[in-house]
Amino acid sequence: MDASTPSKPAAAELGRSLVIRNLRKEYRAGQPVLKDVSLTVEGRGMTAIIGPSGTGKSTLIRCINRLVDPTAGEILFRGQDLARLNGRELRIARRRMGMVFQEYNLVERLSVIENVLCGRLGYVPVWRAWLRKFPAQDVDRAFHLLDAVGLGDFATQRADQLSGGQRQRVGIARALMQEPDLLLADEPTSSLDPKTSVEIMELIARRAGERDIPVIVNIHNVDLARRFADRIVGMSKGEIVFDGPPQALEDARLLQIYGGEGWLE
Amino acid sequence: MTDVSSPPGGVRRVAFPPSWPTRMACIALALYVVYACSILDIGRERLVAGFGHGARFVSRMFPPNFAHDKLELLYGGMIESLQIAIIATTVGVLLSLPLGLSAARNLSPLPLAWAARATIVLFRTFHPVIIAILFVKAVGFGALAGVLALIVASLGFLSKLVAEAVEEMSMRQVEAVRAAGAPFLSLVIMGVLPQVMPRFIGFSAYLLDSNLRNSALVGLVGGGGIGATLFTAFQRFDYDFVLSIVLAIIAVVMAGELVSGWMRRVFQ
Repeated sequence: MDASTPSKPAAAELGRSLVIRNLRKEYRAGQPVLKDVSLTVEGRGMTAIIGPSGTGKSTLIRCINRLVDPTAGEILFRGQDLARLNGRELRIARRRMGMVFQEYNLVERLSVIENVLCGRLGYVPVWRAWLRKFPAQDVDRAFHLLDAVGLGDFATQRADQLSGGQRQRVGIARALMQEPDLLLADEPTSSLDPKTSVEIMELIARRAGERDIPVIVNIHNVDLARRFADRIVGMSKGEIVFDGPPQALEDARLLQIYGGEGWLE
Repeated sequence: MTDVSSPPGGVRRVAFPPSWPTRMACIALALYVVYACSILDIGRERLVAGFGHGARFVSRMFPPNFAHDKLELLYGGMIESLQIAIIATTVGVLLSLPLGLSAARNLSPLPLAWAARATIVLFRTFHPVIIAILFVKAVGFGALAGVLALIVASLGFLSKLVAEAVEEMSMRQVEAVRAAGAPFLSLVIMGVLPQVMPRFIGFSAYLLDSNLRNSALVGLVGGGGIGATLFTAFQRFDYDFVLSIVLAIIAVVMAGELVSGWMRRVFQ
């Protein structure tokens, strides 16, 4: 028995909380983008990660669902260390984590409803995807989710015919289609106009809130973070330099996160 | 000395300096062509004699022979060629998807990608006619050799284009499907194929078109079909029948081009 390995915590006990320990990522050896980041995210509410571009926010979020492979560290979720998973186990872990992307990442040549059903690909066998024979309750739920994001009439249109805001709504529906225990959002509003950005954040907060899904969101817009998040994590140069409720995010703290001065007027 | 465009300093700037290496290379090439012609005995007299011979040959082709027994031969050979082309295209299209996907470096693990690439290069190294000669030696005269040769050629052509199309696709869309936990084949079906399908169909149409032309070619070396009929006609000095066969091939190839053009338009 190796005493240094942490004992596997019971899944039920941990619930939906996410524990990141000493997470390190080096794209080039010796140049860490994430410097031993540790972070615990409770299984409820919205956590916003803010910080300058290139500070490792995206890398952090992508390490969680392993679109990026971490160099070292642990990511504990539902009793598993996500950083160690591979193959089938990784796929099964991924299907419990929905992701919303900055550039929406819809499959352009598929219809809206097909894109939403992509959220079920981790659950359905290959032949169902091939023949588009998704289970009836999945199809019903997909239509229901499209109604919920306000795109019920667009189901059979091709994704490349939609506007940016509409595409992101489809992206949200796709992520929720996974019935996730955790929703990751990587700059979901950066490609959108200010009004649409607020609408998209509202949609994420409301739909995740009513399903009680915890959300981790990377966001450039500090005002949006203050408005929607229950907790704000500030990152700078690969490290966490602020962690607290929105009210605690004073100007001095912002200067500490983003550096410089004069821009905060 | 009244040149107004001269700068005050007196030295005129040159916009396009002569490239002496280029000039030397052009002269060397011209000299080599003349030398090679003299070695190969390509001169005026040889040309005159050759054209005279050619004119006699062409005159013996007229009028084209469309006698009943000849037409039967022509029809049988042409149908066999069409079958060779369609079988080879279908099998080639089906096999080129897995081979092309394996060769795409953004999807498949590196060792597999290199193995697939090596296979494709091997298939592409030789002209269909040379592959056909090999298959005729291996499996004997007839349509089977032609079909196998064209399958190999089709695979080389289409797999390479599929691999390139897959490598150029948007990884963002694939990433989203991967993040949903899709197994690899579902990822290919929902994330990759929708992106490469239009180009794949275009390539396949072009492949059918080129297999129609090549199926006549592989026949010349024993691969069956209209090429075999053509070869026999040549050997028996049936030049009037040769012309009928050539006209028929032209008609079929043109029809094939129309069909493939239509396919590309419809599916684009």
